[in-house]
Amino acid sequence: MTRSRGKAGHLSGYAFAGPFLLLYATILVYPLLLGIWLSFQRADLFGARTWVGFDNYARLLTDPTFHQSVLNTFVLALLIVPPLTVIALLLALALNRATRTAAVFRGIFFSSSVLSVTIVTLIWRFILTPDAGLVAEISQVLGREPLPFLSHPDLTIPSLAITTIWWSLGFPIMLFLAGLQQVPPDIYEAAALDRSSRWSTFWRITLPSLRRTLVLVIMLQTAAQLQLFGQAQLLTAGGPSGASRTMVLFIYEVVFGRWDLGYGAAAAEILFLLVLGITLAQYWAITRREAER
Amino acid sequence: MLSLELDRIRKAYGDTLVLDDVSLGMDAREFIAFLGPSGSGKSTLLRIIAGLETADSGEVRLDGQRIDHLHPGDRNVAMVFQHYALYPHMTVRENMAFGLRNARVPKGEIDERIAQAAKVLEIEDQLDKKPGQMSGGQRQRVAIGRAIVKQPRLFLLDEPLSNLDAALRTRTRVELAQLRQRVDAGVIMVTHDQAEAMTLADRIVIMNDRRIQQIGAPMEIYTRPANAFVAGFVGSPAMTLVKAALEPGEGPFARVRLGDGAQVETRVSRAGLPVDGPLRLGLRPESVRPAAAGTGTTEAEVLLVERLGDRTLVYARLANGEEVTAQDEGNSRIRMGDRIGLAVDGKAAHLFDADGTGHHAEAAA
Repeated sequence: MTRSRGKAGHLSGYAFAGPFLLLYATILVYPLLLGIWLSFQRADLFGARTWVGFDNYARLLTDPTFHQSVLNTFVLALLIVPPLTVIALLLALALNRATRTAAVFRGIFFSSSVLSVTIVTLIWRFILTPDAGLVAEISQVLGREPLPFLSHPDLTIPSLAITTIWWSLGFPIMLFLAGLQQVPPDIYEAAALDRSSRWSTFWRITLPSLRRTLVLVIMLQTAAQLQLFGQAQLLTAGGPSGASRTMVLFIYEVVFGRWDLGYGAAAAEILFLLVLGITLAQYWAITRREAER
Repeated sequence: MLSLELDRIRKAYGDTLVLDDVSLGMDAREFIAFLGPSGSGKSTLLRIIAGLETADSGEVRLDGQRIDHLHPGDRNVAMVFQHYALYPHMTVRENMAFGLRNARVPKGEIDERIAQAAKVLEIEDQLDKKPGQMSGGQRQRVAIGRAIVKQPRLFLLDEPLSNLDAALRTRTRVELAQLRQRVDAGVIMVTHDQAEAMTLADRIVIMNDRRIQQIGAPMEIYTRPANAFVAGFVGSPAMTLVKAALEPGEGPFARVRLGDGAQVETRVSRAGLPVDGPLRLGLRPESVRPAAAGTGTTEAEVLLVERLGDRTLVYARLANGEEVTAQDEGNSRIRMGDRIGLAVDGKAAHLFDADGTGHHAEAAA
């Protein structure tokens, strides 16, 4: 009796988990495995496949275009993640109050996040374009030559970083605000009675309380920015001459431009391993310090 | 010597007045309890003294110096919060040292003060733990320790025992009483638990409805409640209040007739009472004893019997519907539904006039 009920219980359990597992397997596990398998093939979009072993990976190691894209991606992540985290934290601190004005500004700062990348790049094109952009107009009023933000090799990456920071601020701000609201207010009162200055309250009370949120924001943003694509494609098309080509843009060009599926898949696997490795390393570095404390 | 003085403190949140001209003086080493129901303004008053809230008007002085314009950290007061408010990411030692470091106390002295407080509170082996690793009772000790190391002029305790379970609460109460002997400072404790207030405080400040209702020693508040609110709030079970009318007469003491016609001879001076107008007779359960039907001051029907072991509480209804609480021996045989007599001890009765002011039996000459 109990046994049959146990079996029925098993079955109903699978029935509940089944739809999710099926979906998960179809849209995540299968493509992941297919990608790995593809990376060992010479393959085009029409279905021709030949097994080439590690050939694709070996080519990537000697491909200067790929190297440039890896470097660009890392520089972009470094230019985006730290300032984005700091700015989002500062804004969250400023907006963490129950006034109407703060609510309005919370809405304004979050609004950029709901825009699609097409709109975002369009807006920033209006701002950065050297012939008629907002910055150009201002430069001219100030009597300076407008800078070619979207076409000079030294300026495209910073331009992409600024655009991305502007676009990505909303979500980290929300995470920080949620973290700040978890801090019990009486701790701040205790700190006030403990003669804590503003600075020491921030440094010794607020920041340690936000530790987990901070880790989450940095890890999420690193993983996200290493996969930066839309802005680079739409704003600069990876140019000039690959100066702003990111890894995902490289993969896109290889697969959908040159129809070299296997080569693109191999590059994608490398990106996957990089993202996995870096986020795990961050997690390890941070939790290890936490265990020491 | 007067230590803390509150002078006509007034506070409103928007249109809601929460403190209305509250004044109070406190001796240097006195233990005062603010006792009152939720929303009586007692916590607000404590927070005004701490500097966590600002009064709309009025002055707070400590040792003769005005402190209401000072930052909370500069007032020389320490507070123990209801939910402890320990810094979760700091160890116990760091929690206690934080305030001292901010006050630039030399390191050697910080260590010394912490060691001393830890010894008194028996948390010496907990100093390197974090609050999250400790039980509620231990956290409470750390919170008290964090206040002690500051060596303040005044301790402010906000419902310090309310988060502890019953057994721990009684023990901590005893410890607070002992601790209080060791510190050279005044203590103000906010509580809604009258047992805490009665056992710990030198004086109790009863608050209700934005105002101080009575300030007095615990027994004074119990035996001579200033008004009907205090009479009903202090004492468990509460004092019975029944309608009464003054009987005309010549004697020095008031004789009153209850709603059911029974008469009670009190020891309350007739002189201070209003000649006409409604009165209420206040009777503590211990001054009403059940008696055989037909023998007492009046008759009643038993509604409920509570057997507490050492005594029995009898809730009874008079003929006119009013309820009276009486106290009987522990082995009382009275049962629900019985008709009994009630013997009222008029010498211990209180009278309250129309605006609630209390009139009490004159002390026996």
